[in-house]
This record gives sequence, C-alpha cells and structure tokens, in this order.
Amino acid sequence: MRRLLFKFSILFSVFCFLFSALPGCAKKEGMAKKTITVWHWMTDREPAFQELASRYEAETGIKINFELYAPSDAYSQKVRAAAQGANLPDVFGILDTKKDFASFVKAGYVLNLASYMQENNNSWKNSFFDKALAVSEFSEGNSYGVLPGIYGVPIDIMTIQMVYNKNLFKQLGLDSKKPPSTFQELIDMGKLIKSAHLVGMVSGWGEVWMIDCFANNYAFNIMGKDKVIATIKGLVPYTDPDWIKVLGLFKDMQDAGILSDGMIAMVNKTAEQLFATEKSVFAFNGSWCVNVYKGMNPDLDYGVILPPKASENFPMAIWGGAGSSFMVNAKSENKEEAVKFLRWFTNSNQQAYLSEVTNNLPANKECLNKIPEVLAQFAKSIEYATHPNVWDVSEFPTVIEALDKGIQSIIIGEKTPQQVAFEVQKIKERELAKKR
Amino acid sequence: MRLKSTLENYLFILPAVVIFFIFYVIPFLWVFQLGFYNWDGILPTKTFVGLGNFKDIIFNDPSWWRSIRNAGFITFIALTLQNALAFLLAWACDRQIRLKNFYRLIFFIPPILSELVVGMVWGFIIRDNPQGAGLINRGLVALGLPNLVRGWLSDKSTVLTTVALIHSWKGFGWGFLIFLAGLQTIPRELYEAAKVDGANAWQSFTKITIPLMVPVVVLAAILTVLGTMQAFVLIIGLVGGEFAGHASVPVLRILASMRYSSRFGYACSQGIIFGVILIVVSFMQYRFSKKARQG
Amino acid sequence: MKSPIYYKTKKITLNVLIHLFLISVAVSCLFPLVWMIFASFKTQDTIFKDAALIPKVFHFENYYLAWVKGGFGRYFLNSIFYTVSVVIGIVIISSLAAYAFSRLQFPGKNLLFVMFLVAMMIPIPGSFVALYILLNKLHLRNTPAGYILCMINVGLSTSIFLLKTFFDKMPKELEDAARIDGCTKFGIWWHVALPLSKPVLAVVVIFNALNVWNEYILALIIFDSKGFMPLQVALQTFQGEFVTNYPLLMAGLTITVLPIVLVYLFMQKYIIKGVMQGAVVG
Repeated sequence: MRRLLFKFSILFSVFCFLFSALPGCAKKEGMAKKTITVWHWMTDREPAFQELASRYEAETGIKINFELYAPSDAYSQKVRAAAQGANLPDVFGILDTKKDFASFVKAGYVLNLASYMQENNNSWKNSFFDKALAVSEFSEGNSYGVLPGIYGVPIDIMTIQMVYNKNLFKQLGLDSKKPPSTFQELIDMGKLIKSAHLVGMVSGWGEVWMIDCFANNYAFNIMGKDKVIATIKGLVPYTDPDWIKVLGLFKDMQDAGILSDGMIAMVNKTAEQLFATEKSVFAFNGSWCVNVYKGMNPDLDYGVILPPKASENFPMAIWGGAGSSFMVNAKSENKEEAVKFLRWFTNSNQQAYLSEVTNNLPANKECLNKIPEVLAQFAKSIEYATHPNVWDVSEFPTVIEALDKGIQSIIIGEKTPQQVAFEVQKIKERELAKKR
Repeated sequence: MRLKSTLENYLFILPAVVIFFIFYVIPFLWVFQLGFYNWDGILPTKTFVGLGNFKDIIFNDPSWWRSIRNAGFITFIALTLQNALAFLLAWACDRQIRLKNFYRLIFFIPPILSELVVGMVWGFIIRDNPQGAGLINRGLVALGLPNLVRGWLSDKSTVLTTVALIHSWKGFGWGFLIFLAGLQTIPRELYEAAKVDGANAWQSFTKITIPLMVPVVVLAAILTVLGTMQAFVLIIGLVGGEFAGHASVPVLRILASMRYSSRFGYACSQGIIFGVILIVVSFMQYRFSKKARQG
Repeated sequence: MKSPIYYKTKKITLNVLIHLFLISVAVSCLFPLVWMIFASFKTQDTIFKDAALIPKVFHFENYYLAWVKGGFGRYFLNSIFYTVSVVIGIVIISSLAAYAFSRLQFPGKNLLFVMFLVAMMIPIPGSFVALYILLNKLHLRNTPAGYILCMINVGLSTSIFLLKTFFDKMPKELEDAARIDGCTKFGIWWHVALPLSKPVLAVVVIFNALNVWNEYILALIIFDSKGFMPLQVALQTFQGEFVTNYPLLMAGLTITVLPIVLVYLFMQKYIIKGVMQGAVVG
C-alpha cells in the first residue's frame, strides 16, 4: 500500500510539474519592446499580415503581433468572451451585425476614431471609399443609441454580384459579351441551359445569408430603398405585393431550371468548385471569389455583372462595403500607437501590397488603379453597393431567419411566396409587439 | 472505524467531485440563471424576463420543436440501425474468425475521420453529376429500380433520413467497440459449460450473451442518444445548414440563437429544455433496462 | 443422419456470408480514408477536376508544406501533451469515482451519481463564455493547466458512467479474495479492479484521446498565445474564410489521424485480451 501511494504521489507530482512548467516558459516573451496585439480571423491573409508586421517593426521599432483565430464562428465567440473578461487586445475585428457592434460600442470596448480620421482636413477619412467606412459609422440620431462617430478602420472592400462563364456562353451559342440584362432574359436561358445539361446558377444558399443578400438586391430594385427601410421599421408589411413579387422571383428561377439542383443544400465553397470547374454558367458570389477561382482554375474566363434587373422602377442594388474592419480597444494602454499603426496599415502602399498578394479589393481608393482587370470589375460596382450595416435600422434576426428559410421552402416547392410572406409578417408583428 | 472507512470512501470520489463542481456546476448555474434573462452576450446589462424565454420556446418557436422532432428521428435510426449493426459486427468479431484483427481496425475508421472528410466523401458518393458520382442512383438503375432514383441530399423527403444514415455509419464504431469490450468480458467457461450441457449456438446466444449484455446495451444506447447531439457538424458538412428546417437539430438552433440572433439568454433556456428532454429519455431507457434485467 | 459434408458446407456457407457482410462494411469504412490519403497527394486544381481516385502525379511535398505552413511541430507536441495529461487524469479520477459508485458505501452516493449522469446530458450552450470567465477569475485562462482541467471535466461523466457499468458486471469473488489477503480499498482498486477492467479502460482511453485530440474551439477561446494551441487549430488555417487549400488540408488531416490510429491499435489489444489474462496477472 505504501509503495502504491508512493508511486501515486510521484505520478501526481510529475503531473503538477508539467502543469506549472508550460505556462512558465511562455512568459518571458519580450517585454522590452512595445507590442501591439491584433486579433483577426482571416486565415488567407495571415502571411501578408506577418510580412507587413515585420516591415512596420523595421520602420518604427514597434512590434505588431498578429494573432489568427479561425474559423470565424469561433473567433466571434472568442471576442465576445474576451469582452466579458476585459481581455480584448489592442486591435481586433468584430464580425457581427450592426446591432451587436453597437452593443460593443455602448459597452465601451471600441474607440471612436472620428477625431483621428478628421485630422489634417479629413485626410485619413478621405482616403477610404465612403461605403467602406459607412459600415463602422454611426450617424447623428441613429436608431441604436450610439454616440455618433467612426468606430472602425476598413482594410478591404467587397461587393457581391453575379459572375458568368464566357466559355459556356459560347458553347450555348450566346454572345459572351452580352450577358442577360433583365431578369426575364435570365429566365429564358433556363431551357437552353437545361438542354445542354449544364447547371444554371450556383451559390451558397445552404448558408442562408447569401439568400438574404439576393432577396435584398431585388427588393431594392423592385420597391426602392425607402420602402425596404419602411418595411424594417414596421410601416410596410411583408405581405405587400412588392415583397411577394420579390419572393416570387425565386420560384420563377427554380421553375425555369436556373437554380442548381440542391441549391439550398449547397455551401459557397461547393458552389465555387462547380463554377471554377466550368460546370455552372452563373454564380452569385462575392469579390473574394477572384482569389478562389484563380486557385482552382487559373484559366477560367468569366465576367462580372449586376444581377439582371427585374423592374425598371428603381436601380439595382448589391451588397457591398467594407469586407473586414479593425477596431481599436478603447481600454487599451497602447491605443495611440494602435491608431498610428492602422493609419500606416491603410495607406496606399500597404493597401496595394495587401490587394496584390491576397486579391482582395483595397479599402483605400487611392490605389485602385493598381489592381487586376476582373477585380476592377468588382470594384467599379461599389457605387451600387449597399449593406444592412449602413441602413441605420436593422431587422430582427428572427424575421431575417424566417425570410431566408421561407425562401428555401419556396425553392424546394414546399411553400408559395404568399404563404412565406404571411409567415414572415406574423413573426415581424410578434417581435414588434414584444418591443413595445 | 466506521467513520474512517466512510471518509476513505469519500476520498475515492473527491477529485471527481471537486473538478465537477468547479468546471461543471459553476458554469451550469451561470447558464441556468441566464435562461431567465434577455441578454445579447455583449452588453454589461441584462434584463430579467422571468419565464419569458421558456414560454416563448414552448409556445412560439415551431422551428425549435421541429428540430427536436428531427433529432428524435435521427436518434431513432441511430438506436436501431446503428446499434444493431454494431452488435452484429462485434458479435462476428468476437468469434473465432479469420481476419478479425483486420476488421477490428477497419470498423473504427469512421469515428476517427473528421466530419469534414465524411461530409465531402459521402456527398460525392451520393450527389449526382456534376456535384458527385451519384453512385446510389446509378446502383438503383443497375438494379432495375429507376423509379427510386432521387436527389437523396436535395429532396426534402429524404434529406433527413440520408443524414441520419450517414450519422449512424459514422457512429457505429463506438457501439462496436463497447459491445466488443462487453462480449470480451463474458467468461469463456460459460459458453463451454453450455456446450457440455448440449446447448447450440443460438441457445447460448440468447441464454448467456443477451442477458449478460443488457447493461452494456443500455450504456451504448445512452451514448448513442448523446452522440446525436454531435450530428450537427455532419449536417453542416452535408447540406450546409438546416435545409429549410428539414435538417435542423437542437444544437443548430441553440447556436443560431446564440450567434446569429444574439439572444444569449434564449439560447441558455433552449439548452436547459433540451437537457431536460435528454434526461427524461435517458431515464426511461434506464428504467426499461432495469425491468429487462429483472424480467 | 446428415453427413459430415452437410455440416461442413453449412459452416462454410455461414462463414462466407459473414465475411461478405463484414467486407462490405469494411469497404465503406475504408473508402473515405483512402480518398483522403489520395486527395492529399493532388493539387488544388486537380483535386476536383480530376475525378480519378488515384492521382496521376503524387505531390509528396504537400505533407512537407502542410507541416511547415501549418507550423505543425509545436502544435503536435502541445496536442500530445494535452491528450496524454487529460487521458491520464480522466483514467485515474474516473476509475476511482466509478469504483466507489459501484462497490463502496457512503451517504449521498446515489445523489452524486445521478448528478454526474445529468451533467452528461445537459449541453451548456454558453459554457465557453462561462468557462472563460471562470478561468479568468482563477487565473488559469491562457494556461495549459486550465485547458487540461476543463477537458478532464468534459470527459469525466461519460467515463465514470462507462466504467461503473463494467465494474457492476465484474465478479466480486476476486476482490473478496484480495481483501482476505489484506489488501486495502485502494489496493483492491489498483491491483484488482483496474487490471480486470482493461477492456473498458481501453475504450475510455480511446474515447477521451479522440475527444481531446479533435478539440479546438475551447482552446481557441481560452488561449491567446499561439504557443499553447493544439493541432486542430493548425488545420483551421487551411480552410480559410474563403479559400480552402484542400490538398494541404487533406495532408494535414492525414497527419492528424495517424496518432489516433496508433492509440487505437495499441489499445485494442487490451479490449481483445479481456478479462482472463488480466485476472491471472492481477
């Protein structure tokens, strides 16, 4: 028995020793140099970030510590947990909706950058696309109750549009310079595509947010921005004929055979494979796809278009704006240095480098002329871009979910557009009642 | 002396209880308490809503109950098919059979594979061209059953069953392992004694194997029920999301509340309700097994 | 009387049928693994364009790239350290507790056991945030010790439940004999109960090893420094937000699966050897 206890205590002490030894060896990381820690989730940009960090250290002697946490879902949870424990780093990104972003600001975690942006005649502010800044901006009298200001620095922009395969257009006997410009033309292509045993359109509509994006585009096109905002405010019901028309578009596309089989069970990465391997004529995708397609099929010949108009009443809108932004921790001791670093990070040299290496659109408009042709097509349409994060009001997440899932139901022929509109409105009214 | 003995007995469970209380009970109480609040998971302030979240879940959240029904279906398939398969294979590998070491190794491959690979490979096997090889449908045509051909992962009437079957395929290795361990602990003398008494293989199976395996079967059953909770990763891998609700499961709903609609308190209440349902189901299994053991 | 040939044919037919069944299941199990391994030798543009299972050109450098780009070396050691510590911790703590729940008497026994059972059932959705705050208060956040303790807790209930089920099944005679020989309770646990339960201990080891080996979300949330991250975190870098590097991912996954296969190979011996040898040794 004594021997047993002896064995046991040895085992246990080895255990405890290992416990204490590991944290011990990590602590001695350089305390002498000033270090700014940046948290991000952008796996594909990590090498470029590291390169820029070492350049900055060489220039200024300040060490930039980029910490990568992926996947983004886990990252988002980490940021929230860190906020609760007051352990946020000097610089971090927030991935959530504008409403959640507002909560971060209201809780005092995010530094207002307006004054820095306005220095020297707005020089920093003016270097960005307005739409890139808008997603982190809160205006006077905003519905979130946040002090007006700019709370983030955009590092790139994105737009979500349609791409079409030029080779497949030729194969179908179509003019590859004349993509469909109206929704009817798109629908009419259905038969042709089907008879050629091709896939019409692919997109990641299994993850619902891209459905939301597509629906929003056409809502803007059919009823205009004001009516969409009025719907969010609860002044126009989702049972309005215009909304039913928007929902009906999905049914039309499905009936015409435009949508790929299993469209609502598709993640965007699968959609990208299908488009990159020239199996699908169209894809609905964001500007990040340039990099993806390049990796999977460098010879892919494709063009970028706005989703074809379904109505002449209002201009087409697409989602776009800042792809990702960095926020400065308001409670950080290094916030001045952090702002300085971000200013350096977003000037045109660094932005051009990032864009070149990662094939993302720069947020700094001064270096737009340095980017490749396809990417430029995405960039040009930034003027059509809008985003829920710039609308100043936000829809209840439950309503958005009901709408997106309802559209999935329409696509699989389970519900009619009218039914879905009615169900969404019911949830909307319940949420409105709860709020009052 | 008696006291000392009891204290000694407590020493056995002390480490487990200490860890359990610090790392389970404290977080649990925190979550439990949050179930009565409205909180977005970010702001420092929370609003007390009493039983509001629970009422909302019970009366106003059809998609939640649908996810519970789906989970029930997946569990049912797993409990029956997965465990039957696992038991059969374990029984076969417990016998003196050639290649049994090879089989023992192979059958444990699915549990150790990442869900990502499983989703990709099965998606490829099942989906028709151009997304996959459509092996199932081709097989059906070859068997002269072309009217059974369908999009197994894109048809609303088959998507849940397909997911449940792949989940069972991924999980049977655990059942196999547990059953094999259980079968191995049955003393061989019992079988030999039965043989001497003139019992045939079937008799010794029903009279010796089955009764001795009841507790192990219950264990496997409860672990199967818990395993269904993990099905959500596979669902994301196979159909990308909830498939208009046809493939939603409770964990996905909880994650949706917590992450996408920022209703942390609501997510906590959902977790509690889900836990209660799981406890009731497992308790029923436990009772059932006790009866089976006595009867 | 039926001829011996009849019995022999019957036996052969049965064996053939059993083998056919086993082989068909085995093929379905093997295929994804084989696919993963072959895919790990392809390139990003051939992996989907090229439908053939076996690549035309084997890109062995994928493994090297995955190892270097993912920074596998450090992560690998971390993962091994976490897995070994957690598994040792769980085996000792849960077998002690399970033995007590199965064999010893003390007030509150049933209540405590039910609590462990219930804990197994309730998924705590916000547990990450809760654990984060808790570890922060205990000054264990961003330390391996905190992570290991959390992971021990994760596997504890299930392991206790598994072990108790098997302890309940075990014959008491050997323990009685040991007691008469003058063994204490701890001695019986160590010399009799543990050796007897080797098959189920092997299951517990595999179960928890796999669990820890595949965990990354908790690690990602409670660790700030790269130096502490486990292997799975490295795999995440190959599947970016937008770009997934499939060949490197598959190479990484293959590397990650290997140690688990080794653990399984090593442990399944104990599942098979079973009680009989164990009893003699103990």
